[in-house]
Amino acid sequence: MNAKQRDRVATVIIDLIVAAVVGILLFLLVYILSAGLPHVSWKFITGASDPMSGAGGIGVQLFNSFYLLVLTMLISIPISLGAGIYLAEYAKDNWRTSLIRSAIEVLSSLPSVVVGLFGFLLFVVKFKMGFSVISGAVALTFFNLPLLTRNIEESLSAVSRSQREAGLSLGLSKWKTEIGIILPVALPGIVTGVVLSAGRVFGEAAALIYTAGQSAPVTNFSDWNPMDPASPLNPMRPAETLAVHIWKINTEGMAENAAQLSAAASAILILAVLLFNLGARLLGNFLYRRVTASK
Amino acid sequence: MEQTNLQLNKPDSQTNEWDARLHHATRATREDWAGRGISYLCIGAIILVVASMLWFISSKGIATFTQNHVSVWKFLTGTNWAPDTGHIGAAPMIVGSFAVTFAAAIVATPFAIGTAIFMTEISPNRGRKLLQPVIELLVGIPSVVYGFIGLAVVVPFMRHLVGGSGFGIISATFVLFVMVLPTITSMTVDSLRAVPRYYKEASLALGATRWQTISRVILRSATSGILTAVIFGMARAFGEALAVQMVIGNAAVMPKNLISAASTLTSQLTSGIGDTIDGTLPNNALWSLALILLLMSLFFNALVRFIAKRGQLKHER
Repeated sequence: MNAKQRDRVATVIIDLIVAAVVGILLFLLVYILSAGLPHVSWKFITGASDPMSGAGGIGVQLFNSFYLLVLTMLISIPISLGAGIYLAEYAKDNWRTSLIRSAIEVLSSLPSVVVGLFGFLLFVVKFKMGFSVISGAVALTFFNLPLLTRNIEESLSAVSRSQREAGLSLGLSKWKTEIGIILPVALPGIVTGVVLSAGRVFGEAAALIYTAGQSAPVTNFSDWNPMDPASPLNPMRPAETLAVHIWKINTEGMAENAAQLSAAASAILILAVLLFNLGARLLGNFLYRRVTASK
Repeated sequence: MEQTNLQLNKPDSQTNEWDARLHHATRATREDWAGRGISYLCIGAIILVVASMLWFISSKGIATFTQNHVSVWKFLTGTNWAPDTGHIGAAPMIVGSFAVTFAAAIVATPFAIGTAIFMTEISPNRGRKLLQPVIELLVGIPSVVYGFIGLAVVVPFMRHLVGGSGFGIISATFVLFVMVLPTITSMTVDSLRAVPRYYKEASLALGATRWQTISRVILRSATSGILTAVIFGMARAFGEALAVQMVIGNAAVMPKNLISAASTLTSQLTSGIGDTIDGTLPNNALWSLALILLLMSLFFNALVRFIAKRGQLKHER
């Protein structure tokens, strides 16, 4: 076999590999949607599930997933914004900064089950808060912070130097320059990152099993007082999310139709993640056009 | 001279005003202090989280050895895991974790490199447009969904193919392969793209075919980047919990072959920690497993740094 033939063979093999990878993704999507969507109904999406077998609807779980997502984002966006600004603007290039960066790297590479166990140890065991929405939201924040911080830092650093100089030469403080000039320009990138991380948070289960818990007590959806124990907004109640629900019915559930149930729930989860991905792209592009006035 | 005198003889009130302006912080400076304070606070919070995470898990994890006086060596090499009766040999889980990690990395790496080559060298425009979303979607699929598909498709398939229950290392490998594929691919793409253009041009100008250029120039100069990518993939496989737990069978015995039920550190943790009582030996033993996970994660981190540093040196020389 001469060099040219070898070249052709290698190209064919690479083409086959790519086809296999694309095929795997298509199979996954088609399988989940075709196995799950026929079992999805309005009653399934809004109904309550049986606390023992897990059979029935996913209404409470779906609400819990969104509620946890909103709480997590409320906690993690301000912190990672501050941390991102620190790294992009104030951090000097010295050993302290590199230590901080390694700490963030370590946090981002920790397995999510370890993050969840830490949340369990701190909130459920030490602070005796029990399995609760707030424990889950903080555990998800730990899991979310490093990625969001890095994304914000990269978006801020990507803004051209001349914008910074323009702000400073107008006599604005560094902080004002960062908030008033750099942040708006970096916003499209930041929003894309936030929405993508929202998708990740939405599908996360390992960090939640022992923090937000594995039970979804039926809540009274007409009671919106967060202090009330039966209210869906009460941050101290246990809150099984959709992803945890899928894990639970597959490993411990007694439901007879566990396969259909989890296929349907997986289909909903996948659709949500697809929407987040698509939304990130569209929102990012839209904001980019608005901010830069380019077409 | 006259003028200087005049200035020196300014009325007191004006001198004071100048003095005040020059010696006190302006609004902008105060704003900057506040902003600096806020950003320091945020980064401090993150550092605090990392430090307390390391501290808490380490102190819980070593309780097995300091309070229950189990020898570290026995814990790491013992093959009998029955915490209720006091036998805590973690070797089955350690072997299981490493087996699925290496197997997944070995299967995924050729696919990842092939895909990355396609995206950067063979069809940079069309390939990228098609494959970038594919990779992002593969990353986006939640791990419980991977676990469910593993349970619904891979396990019955293996049962059909080789008999037995279908649960085991090979099924876990299949699932992890798909999960680490996007991680390794996207990082390999980055490292292939970082190869200087003139390397490729020089090779092609010498009359090398595209494959010769790819295999002997591009892949070789991107080796340290690809190695980093593989290690990141392995770190993800090592720490993945639910998808593995759903398909591996969770039997805490030494894996005899690839098709019998086994368990990993993560699978044992997720299925066990809720059933044990805080402070008892079975509970402490599980925290020791968590400590191993933590240490391995730190090890993967250090390894990536080491490779990056060596790669840098080679380029500078």
